[in-house]
Amino acid sequence: MNIKLKIWRQKNAQSKGKFETYSLNDVSPEMGFLEMLDYLNQELISKGEDPVAIDHDCREGICGSCGLYINGQPHGPEPKTTTCELRMRSFKDGSLITVEPFRSRMFPVIKDLLIDRSAFDKILIAGGFISSNTGTAPEANSIPVCKKKSDKAFDMAACIGCGACVAACKNASAMLFVAAKINQYALLPQGKVEAAERVKKMVAKMDELGFGSCSNTYACEAKCPKGISVSAIAKMNREFLHAKIVAE
Amino acid sequence: MRKLNLRPSTISSKVVMALAGVFLMLFLVVHLFLNLLMLMGDEGETFSNAVVFMTENPAVKIFEYVLFAGFIIHIIIGLLIEIKNYFARPVKYAVSNTSKTSFFSKYMIHTGLIILIFLIIHFTHFFFVKLNLVDIPGDITTDNHDFYAMAKYLFKNGIYTLIYIISFVFLGFHLNHAFQSAFQTLGLNHPRYTPFIKALSSIYAIVVSMGYSIIPIYFYFFY
Repeated sequence: MNIKLKIWRQKNAQSKGKFETYSLNDVSPEMGFLEMLDYLNQELISKGEDPVAIDHDCREGICGSCGLYINGQPHGPEPKTTTCELRMRSFKDGSLITVEPFRSRMFPVIKDLLIDRSAFDKILIAGGFISSNTGTAPEANSIPVCKKKSDKAFDMAACIGCGACVAACKNASAMLFVAAKINQYALLPQGKVEAAERVKKMVAKMDELGFGSCSNTYACEAKCPKGISVSAIAKMNREFLHAKIVAE
Repeated sequence: MRKLNLRPSTISSKVVMALAGVFLMLFLVVHLFLNLLMLMGDEGETFSNAVVFMTENPAVKIFEYVLFAGFIIHIIIGLLIEIKNYFARPVKYAVSNTSKTSFFSKYMIHTGLIILIFLIIHFTHFFFVKLNLVDIPGDITTDNHDFYAMAKYLFKNGIYTLIYIISFVFLGFHLNHAFQSAFQTLGLNHPRYTPFIKALSSIYAIVVSMGYSIIPIYFYFFY
């Protein structure tokens, strides 16, 4: 298949950036979206041009580093798919594909489609952990965990921190990410100990960094590659209110 | 000692906004019920009796202040959140978001501002008259509590009636999202009940919007 690509090119964080259009022929429908970009970059390099900078690592949908805003949707048109899992068969032959970086004040562009997602790390540092002694792993069965809750915690832990929720949200809100991380711990006995402190600290950090607020539009849920539900946000709000009003 | 936080978190602001919204939604039901008494066909006698009760009851007086606080809090927080959200994404997308979202939620600020403009019009012709801040429209009555006569007079005007009906349609759009959104913000989301709440939200929006629309239509066409 032959396609046209409209790609955001930006030299560095300071420069302004603009769209460039490229034509790419003989693209296989089985190619991954990143492979297609590799193919484009190969052509650019052979012509002596600067290749398009993209973020990627595992290319199997678990690392969360590939995140592109493709034709108006983070990670492209398919549901529950990361950019690396997206195949070119999802696009029509001859179509124009617009590729932009995830846009948010907290995700500044480093170069082209490469963004700085360290704002997420800052939120995690604020409280996304449990305090525990190092050394030999404790006996796994000493703390009973309800199966239903452990499954739910696992659903939350599926968040790969790709930032698609922020990219999809009309307010660039990070509520779904923060909610997933908070609930992942709050649902388990090990995480319950610091639950109240955690939710307060992580939400405060999220606000301090300047992420937008949630207006229950649910675009995050629609575009989360791991299918994390907005019920996580409601649970975080409950945790937050409990921490603020009830907990000491 | 706890530190006094003068910059409330986004979640706290949203919760306060939702609570104010819930109060406003309850008020809308009471206000609608009272106004529908105008359609009893008794030249507004039942309605006027209800107005007297509402004006003289001290509990209602207190609620009136709570109601204004509710309006002001809801509007101010709404605007502040909107400004904050705007700055969260300084560089906009070239292709606007095409992913599946709740449609009405995207236009809450727009529908909200339309309702605010409507409120100003509505207050000028009804509420401020009661407070003696504005003259009785058209001098049709000497009693500044005779809202029945005022409604009868004002809704004879086609454009005025149309402004009201259009505003109620937008009010419906606002409420369709507002009702179910309040539950989510207050942390009340459950796989079993949320679909029911969403359905109820649309029913509430339609009933309120249509209920209020009946009044100007009634006076314009059947009076």
